[in-house]
Amino acid sequence: MFKAKTLFYNFLLGTIFYSALAVAQVPFERILNSADEPENWLTYNGGYSSQRYSELDQIKAENVDELELKWVLQNQVFGAWQSNPIVVDGIMYVTERPNSVMALDAITGRVFWKYKHTPDERSRVCCGANNRGVAVLDDRVFMGTLDARLVALDRISGEVLWEAEVGDVSRAYSVTMAPLVVKDKVIVGVGGGEYGIRGYVAAYDAATGEEVWKTYTIPGPGESGHDSWEGDDWQYGGAPVWITGSFDPETNLTFWGVGNPGPDWNAGQRPGDNLYSDSVIALDADTGKLDWYFQFTPNDAYDYDSVQVPVLADIDWRGTPTKVMMWANRNGYFYVLDRTNGKFLVGEPYVRVNWSSGLDEMGRPIPTPQPEGMPTYPGNQGGTNWYPPSFSPRTGLFYFSAWKDYATIYRPEESEYEPGKAFLGGGFSVLAPSPGAPTIGIGRTNPINNWTSEVGHASLKAMDPNTGKAVWEYDQFDVSDSGMLTTASDLLFTGGREGYFHVIDAVNGDLLWKVSLGGQVVMAPVTFMVEGIQYVSVISGHSMSTFALRNP
Amino acid sequence: MKSNSFFKQVTALLVSIVASYSSAQDDTDHQYTSEAVAAGLRVYTQQCALCHGPEGGLVDGINLSRGEFRNASSDADLRDVISGGAAAGRMPAFSLSIEELSGVIAYIRAGFDPEGVAIKIGDPERGRVLFEGKGECAACHRVNGSGPYTAPDLTSIGSLRTPASLQRNLLDPASAILPINRPVRLVTRNEETVTGRRLNEDTYTVQMVDSQNRLRSFVKTDLVSYEISMEPSKGPTNLSIEEVADVVGYLLTLRGKQ
Repeated sequence: MFKAKTLFYNFLLGTIFYSALAVAQVPFERILNSADEPENWLTYNGGYSSQRYSELDQIKAENVDELELKWVLQNQVFGAWQSNPIVVDGIMYVTERPNSVMALDAITGRVFWKYKHTPDERSRVCCGANNRGVAVLDDRVFMGTLDARLVALDRISGEVLWEAEVGDVSRAYSVTMAPLVVKDKVIVGVGGGEYGIRGYVAAYDAATGEEVWKTYTIPGPGESGHDSWEGDDWQYGGAPVWITGSFDPETNLTFWGVGNPGPDWNAGQRPGDNLYSDSVIALDADTGKLDWYFQFTPNDAYDYDSVQVPVLADIDWRGTPTKVMMWANRNGYFYVLDRTNGKFLVGEPYVRVNWSSGLDEMGRPIPTPQPEGMPTYPGNQGGTNWYPPSFSPRTGLFYFSAWKDYATIYRPEESEYEPGKAFLGGGFSVLAPSPGAPTIGIGRTNPINNWTSEVGHASLKAMDPNTGKAVWEYDQFDVSDSGMLTTASDLLFTGGREGYFHVIDAVNGDLLWKVSLGGQVVMAPVTFMVEGIQYVSVISGHSMSTFALRNP
Repeated sequence: MKSNSFFKQVTALLVSIVASYSSAQDDTDHQYTSEAVAAGLRVYTQQCALCHGPEGGLVDGINLSRGEFRNASSDADLRDVISGGAAAGRMPAFSLSIEELSGVIAYIRAGFDPEGVAIKIGDPERGRVLFEGKGECAACHRVNGSGPYTAPDLTSIGSLRTPASLQRNLLDPASAILPINRPVRLVTRNEETVTGRRLNEDTYTVQMVDSQNRLRSFVKTDLVSYEISMEPSKGPTNLSIEEVADVVGYLLTLRGKQ
């Protein structure tokens, strides 16, 4: 039992140290220079350039078979667990469906606190009650919610500091992405591309939650690009933003992938290019002003959201130092752009593509729509999707999960817009190898895979940005929604729907180690270091597993 | 840690809880008598129930049994509303004797339970000043994003605890503190001494906020000693009866960030 004196002394100590809190844990400068502290994973994509590359190299080809399981955190809620953990000085922050945040000890996986937000019952999302994680800044943790709110929490207690309304829940606006913090702002985009929203990206004061700027992804009357729509189509034309963007401090630009136009599959109902759907937009971080855009799929009829992560790198591109943005798009093409101005450098198909016969010198696709009832390649889920890629500055290669040999037959129909209701413009079916054969579903819900690789399968691709072509591929039987992680020891960590956690040689694609975790991997692994030990965490099914070497 | 010392601690803990219950001070002055509550029930049924309903929730924005009012918060506020009327005359003024008036307030404070405990509730603004000053509450507790993490965050405490529970925490903290909040002190193998408040514990590990406001997690086999204090870091308050009522009044207004 304590002596009263000791207690009083401790109490005094507590008060003295409290004043030390004035120094914030994660100031903007730490995030800006996150590459200098690979022991932490400070943003969704592991840094503003979104390379998901870590300088940690304790785990390497020579010792990878000594990886052992250190702990598992079980999700308390069923459904795909797409959350990306953030790790700050030994504390991990991870979200759980629908909108909970947990602070964990990164060494043991034990929970310090859990905050639970119950979304408004009017919340509507197309594809599951997903949340992809938090952002941190100073002493705050930020989460977007299914009912289109942004919540700021105290990083130590998990108490709510403020809540802001990002969008109108009754009109099916939602936030599923992890926010991006830049300087003193928290930036999020809205989901709802299947419900006739008008998308936008908005920035909030990190201290108060007040909106600082808001930029629509569909230009209004009088704005440049508005004439890419007819009539009132722009008012419910979709163009959501549901994946965390990137930031280039040199140009002060943030980059965001914009989703599909609405209604999804009936392009004839919304004539025009439908800007800025299926584009990347470059927005000033302070004002939200549009600096440039590049549209991948004009007048999209295939749901080819361009919600991939913009991956930034400074490379020697064909012999010239170039500030590039690399992008494996859902439409089946891999692109390299000049990120200072959006100029198209190269674009090549990485899977079978038949909706277009190629790209012109500006990068605009030459459309070849398929006759009614005929399959379109790639299919509705795309050649790839939102799964985060990785770029290793050591190998110079860009890694991502592709869906090969996967096609869809579209059935466009006229749709009438009703606020808050699905606005799809028809339907689709996945091409089956024989009539009635099982085809790929939205996720893996059964231990038996009866759809076989003939209806589509995963191919992990390592792309050379100079040529736009794959240097090597690693095929899997089932498809994969897994993101990528590379490290300075030239390891590539990834997974797939089959539930394997793979470690692959990032140079040549050789499998180095694998373990079956028994549930689909639908996010990228992350790595961090605490007390001199490198860890790798990966979410599969309803569990997050964390590995480290047996004798580091 | 040896299991032996653990059981010793648990035993000591139980002894201390029993002891503090038996020595719980007489706080009649802090609360209304059961006679007042019973009298209040009679007055309420005759005079108030017609509009407010038997459960006290028939008027919009008000739920008397749950202590939810439009503007009033202290007992004095309630006295003013009942005696002077409110809502532009829609709530008429009632002319009640002092005993009847106290009775109705007692009945409301007892949560409409004729056998319930009706504690006195003072002025929230005075309570806030006491909380941040003389009462020394803010030296450990955090409210609305400011203050240390030494003791639990009270931002939402008014919606989590009853008035009686809040009052008991002030008058007899040893019997009222939640076991998880008991102060812990541990010494690591590296001879670091850490004090703080537990957030989570299992057989092999413990998670806490330490006295430097850091989240810490420890594996118990890495500890030389691990003690849970039987006493909260704060003893019974020295505040007067009226001041305690004020602080309770303030705490009841803390209903989280909306």
